[in-house]
Amino acid sequence: MSSKGAVDAGFRHEQLGLTHGQVIDMYRYMLLARRFDERNMLLQRAGKINFHVSGIGQEAAQVGAAFALDREKDYFLPYYRDYGFVLAVGMTPRELMLSAFAKADDPNSGGRQMPGHFGSKRLRIVTGSSPVTTQVPHAVGVALAAKMQKKDFVSFVTFGEGSSNQGDFHEGCNFAGVQKLPVIIMCENNQYAISVPIHKQLAGKVSDRALGYGFPGIRVDGNDALAVYAAVKEARERAVRGEGPTLIEAMMYRLSPHSTSDNDLAYRTKEEVDENWAKDGVARMKSYLIECGIWDEAKDADLSAELLLEVKEAIEYADNAPFPKPEDTLLHVYADSDGEGR
Amino acid sequence: MAMMEYIDAIRLAMKEEMEQDETVFVLGEDVGVKGGVFTTTKGLMDQFGEQRVMDTPLAESAIAGVAIGAAMYGMKPIAEMQYSDFMLPATNQIISEAAKIRYRSNNDWNCPVVIRAPIGGGIFGGLYHSQCPESIFFGTPGLKIVAPFTPYDAKGLLKAAIRDPDPVLFFENKKSYKLIKGEVPEDDYIVPIGKANLLREGDDITVIGYSQPLHFVMQAAEELEKEEGITAHVVDLRTLQPLDREAIIEAARHTGKVLIVHEDNKTGGIGAEVSAIINEECLFELDAPIERLCAPDVPAMPISPPMEKFYMLNKDKVKEAMRRLAMY
Repeated sequence: MSSKGAVDAGFRHEQLGLTHGQVIDMYRYMLLARRFDERNMLLQRAGKINFHVSGIGQEAAQVGAAFALDREKDYFLPYYRDYGFVLAVGMTPRELMLSAFAKADDPNSGGRQMPGHFGSKRLRIVTGSSPVTTQVPHAVGVALAAKMQKKDFVSFVTFGEGSSNQGDFHEGCNFAGVQKLPVIIMCENNQYAISVPIHKQLAGKVSDRALGYGFPGIRVDGNDALAVYAAVKEARERAVRGEGPTLIEAMMYRLSPHSTSDNDLAYRTKEEVDENWAKDGVARMKSYLIECGIWDEAKDADLSAELLLEVKEAIEYADNAPFPKPEDTLLHVYADSDGEGR
Repeated sequence: MAMMEYIDAIRLAMKEEMEQDETVFVLGEDVGVKGGVFTTTKGLMDQFGEQRVMDTPLAESAIAGVAIGAAMYGMKPIAEMQYSDFMLPATNQIISEAAKIRYRSNNDWNCPVVIRAPIGGGIFGGLYHSQCPESIFFGTPGLKIVAPFTPYDAKGLLKAAIRDPDPVLFFENKKSYKLIKGEVPEDDYIVPIGKANLLREGDDITVIGYSQPLHFVMQAAEELEKEEGITAHVVDLRTLQPLDREAIIEAARHTGKVLIVHEDNKTGGIGAEVSAIINEECLFELDAPIERLCAPDVPAMPISPPMEKFYMLNKDKVKEAMRRLAMY
């Protein structure tokens, strides 16, 4: 990522219409997601929480995408690694930590779902599940509603490249293409479906599949937050103009094991992982900001300390928050109370 | 009131709801220009346009999944599965998604989708145009399941399903489309979900069923009364989930002899649960073992006429089972 554009046009982020403040804010969310993620791994190892599924290595693409969307009206259908994304669209570390601890006030599910299963009507984050890619047709359905109701929002959906092999990906894309719906379909290609590497999952490129569905498919460097920002921004403009869906394949690498239940060195080498740490999008954004002269090590140390404090405060809050009442297990099966569980 | 075919009642329910609520729309294969392979949606596209009566790609998981997405936004989609035999690709969307959306989001999101699917055989449809898949979805909390028998209920239950804030599977019987006629009000009414209906009063035996086999039950009941003085108390479940436990228990107590009838095969069917409810609540008030008359436990019905006839229920089979129970 080079900071240099044409001399007159200013820095790369400025050419994309982002202010210094906004690009620093992007970095802030990326770093927040990273710190949040790291602490969750530790909390699980310490026995404080039961499970964590990591998004380390994917924050740049997630935050880059979020900044390109309208965070006041678009609908979001993230997948389970999207901590950077949901933080950037307004979920707080405290809310996410309540989910990690499975506490009653978790806005995602009231402590019912595993962490990483996001949902918040307030933030228009549509509730998700564990069977992968079911959210793609949902995003298409939300986009269909936008078209039918003549609203100018778009829906944005993410998933991994492993998930791109599910029927729901293909069925959803085809439906969206036929109806020219305002949906942005972004694959976070982190090169592993748990242990299965990309060459055992895909014989071609995910982005090329868009051709068969009649809309553009592009591949971007997912470690370059600004490149992802640019791609999603353009896709959003097309969507709002009524030109239909866009498939974006953001290339990245899952730097962490699949989850806290996984030993990744059983199927990949430390050398391979280290090689990809050198391409880390968070570090790259920091270098970019420094290169632009709008950031320095002292500011970075301050920010890092501030974010760590924010995450620590969230942990303390969530740890002390009450669990759901056991009998609340029976609630919210249906809208009417006589349909509740028994 | 107008005399109407079952299929006309279903169409009228959609038409009325679409007229009064612009968020209601229909999507599915061949529902638009063709008006459905059975003509269930005939004329709706002309009235409401091709967006609200949408011909979709041939992909059931997308039909269900897109409808679920639109429903979560606040639309009221009616997703048509052309045959219930073909809805299994959408099972993950229905069971993992629609059924769990309210629960998993702790009441933050909901999914007011209706999924209509024609069930049942007797139309020379062979294995894959004849099935009754109720038991696949039955026992999935979060779903409501209705299966109307009369045109009156078909209209009233479909309107209730469309207005329901939770996902409803609407199993309409394809053999009944043209066979079953009845009085249907041409104005607005609903039949509440979760309430069974007493079709006929009697004192000797209780028959509990749903959907098309009740046609045979009612014919048999009339003949048995006239010919042999046996009177049957007949209950139409109408809603399969949640079951109307009170109505089931009351009807079982009324005669102490219960026959459960359905076209879905016997093992693991709705009848097993109805029987279990009766056992739990009023076993010692029974005068005979609970009987079930259902389709045989074979994968699905063959097309060859004698085999289809063997598989299907009919008036004579039902009448014989009813007589046997009365004599017990």
